[in-house]
Amino acid sequence: MSILINEKTKILIQGFTGDKGSFHAKEMIDYGTKVVGGVTPGKGGSTHLGLPVFNTVADAVAATGAEASITFVAPAFCADAIMEAADAGIQLVCSITDGIPAQDMMRVKRYLMRYPKERRTLMVGPNCAGIISPGKAMLGIMPGHIYKPGKVGIVSRSGTLGYEAAAQMKLLGIGVSTSVGIGGDPINGSSFLDHLMKFEEDPDTEAVVMIGEIGGPQEAEASAWVKENMSKPVVGYVAGLTAPKGRRMGHAGAIISATGDSAAEKSEIMRSYGLTVAPSAGELGSTVAAMLAGR
Amino acid sequence: MDIHEYQAKELLSGFGVPVPRGSVAYSPDQAVYTATELGGWHWAVKAQVHSGARGKAGGVKLCRTYHEVDAAARELLGKRLVTDQTGPEGKPVQRVYVEVAEPFERELYLGIVLDRKAERVRVIASAEGGMDIEELANTAPEKIMQVVVEPAVGLQAFQARQIAFGLDLNIRQVSRAVTAIMGAYRAFRDLDATMVEINPLVVTRDDRVLALDAKMSFDDNAMFRQRAVADMRDPSQDDPREVQAAEHNLNYVGLDGDIGCIINGAGLAMATMDTIKYAGGAPANFLDVGGGASPERVANSFRLVLSDHNVKAILVNIFAGINRCDWVAQGVVQACNDIDITVPLIVRLAGTNEEEGRRIIRDSGLPIISADSLTEAAGKAVSAARAYAAR
Repeated sequence: MSILINEKTKILIQGFTGDKGSFHAKEMIDYGTKVVGGVTPGKGGSTHLGLPVFNTVADAVAATGAEASITFVAPAFCADAIMEAADAGIQLVCSITDGIPAQDMMRVKRYLMRYPKERRTLMVGPNCAGIISPGKAMLGIMPGHIYKPGKVGIVSRSGTLGYEAAAQMKLLGIGVSTSVGIGGDPINGSSFLDHLMKFEEDPDTEAVVMIGEIGGPQEAEASAWVKENMSKPVVGYVAGLTAPKGRRMGHAGAIISATGDSAAEKSEIMRSYGLTVAPSAGELGSTVAAMLAGR
Repeated sequence: MDIHEYQAKELLSGFGVPVPRGSVAYSPDQAVYTATELGGWHWAVKAQVHSGARGKAGGVKLCRTYHEVDAAARELLGKRLVTDQTGPEGKPVQRVYVEVAEPFERELYLGIVLDRKAERVRVIASAEGGMDIEELANTAPEKIMQVVVEPAVGLQAFQARQIAFGLDLNIRQVSRAVTAIMGAYRAFRDLDATMVEINPLVVTRDDRVLALDAKMSFDDNAMFRQRAVADMRDPSQDDPREVQAAEHNLNYVGLDGDIGCIINGAGLAMATMDTIKYAGGAPANFLDVGGGASPERVANSFRLVLSDHNVKAILVNIFAGINRCDWVAQGVVQACNDIDITVPLIVRLAGTNEEEGRRIIRDSGLPIISADSLTEAAGKAVSAARAYAAR
């Protein structure tokens, strides 16, 4: 099994006919993902990559039964696209878009809260690499071939650092159940905690790698939950030991401001809650291997 | 993005936040003329730099005569002001703000921030203004009031009243403080700010409430719809290399070490810098070339990294997802041919088309050191930088 997506998940591409949407839709289809169509307002009724195009997400859901979507929509219009998907009943929205204004994301999160928990849309991203359940489905922009199917979950803020972990693990013969990129923005659709809870419930995930960054309270909150509730071992890593205080390091989220925000502090918090912390980013794979061997 | 105090006051004033009368000046003559225009008996001449703690650093001068205004402007303009927040190199003072100085009774603190944990806007206030709020939060958190704003409806007047009464104001002052708080919140919301800080918010003898200082920061992601704010950018306040990087749409932060870094993805960039440190070296910069690493972007990245003369080796680490290793490799080879790179160059390519990328590097005949893994790349960069320094 896997979390969030598998080979049966019916997927919709929002921003289907644009350059990025077309390119990555094709990659996703080639990987074996069940893409059922796309949405581009004004192009409804046409066909793109052999799949139907709809004007609205509601039309697309009615015609295809789509359950998940991915947005390749420009930052100025992306919040609108996410809310449209939620309104149409899409249960999982993955947003690759980088550059959504923070206040738009606040509104999106407030909007998602309108729905009762059992049918509330889960959002992954924005500013992320997406989700992959190796060998089954890809809802993102990652290079699919670096992931070996297996039993370790990955949840990472950074896309490329998530690739790094998967590739190191593959070299050591360790596979991935699902890898989720939660994105580098200050306000994420979903957090480390949301996905750790799912990995804990997934019978085919045996261990999890959690890759954090400087800035924000998420890593600490998730680590505390791991100690109290998680039966599966977790390897942690936090990027940004060399980042100077008060400086933004690319990801809007990656800025050290308050106490507990630095990489050293977060690593220490992870350790204190019983996570195994990888000593460097080059040792993510070997740390997972050692942990799996030691159980 | 940050703006100057005078710009923040201009914006806040537009939302009904009362501010002392003042005007910006670019020369001592203009400063004196401004003081005569403003009238009054006392003026504050304030250095306009993107930093707090200006007062302590000598960046704010209280003047009683036009002569003193002239002297203060002469002293401040053209120099670099070094504060607790600027780093040792300081920031250039190219403008001063001349403001009517009037006596006040109390100094309060008002801040509005984007709270990442609550994912909401948070209003923070304290009766103890004028001091460092972070320090107060550590030493006496009970002296800080906080109100979280519900995003669906925004800040409500009753919340502003709660804060104003909590600040121990009399009823005349309360209604004026509510105007200031609501105005500051509307400015925050309508202009896509990430921070508004009024420290101090002062109460005058005649019960007026005024923003004596003001700082605003904005969400870079929202500048596409805030042209008026975006036009307030003052590049003189930023590291020139970062300004140059921004022009090429690259993300660069200069650091103190000697290993230049060119990496795709912010997380991998930070992790690579950490791995360099772990291997015993020190990174010279953070640089994220981003998703579409065309040969031109790669070449610009090299120019930027090499503009730091401390650099003794360059490490290129690309894990290609949207990128393609063969493109990046072509970019590296082209940059080596176009730019005179004398320092050792270490390249690690992984992900999409990695074999093709590595072949291009190998076949180029250039003295490029290849590495397969992150750890190997960092180790090779550290020893290459040492060897270059010892040459």
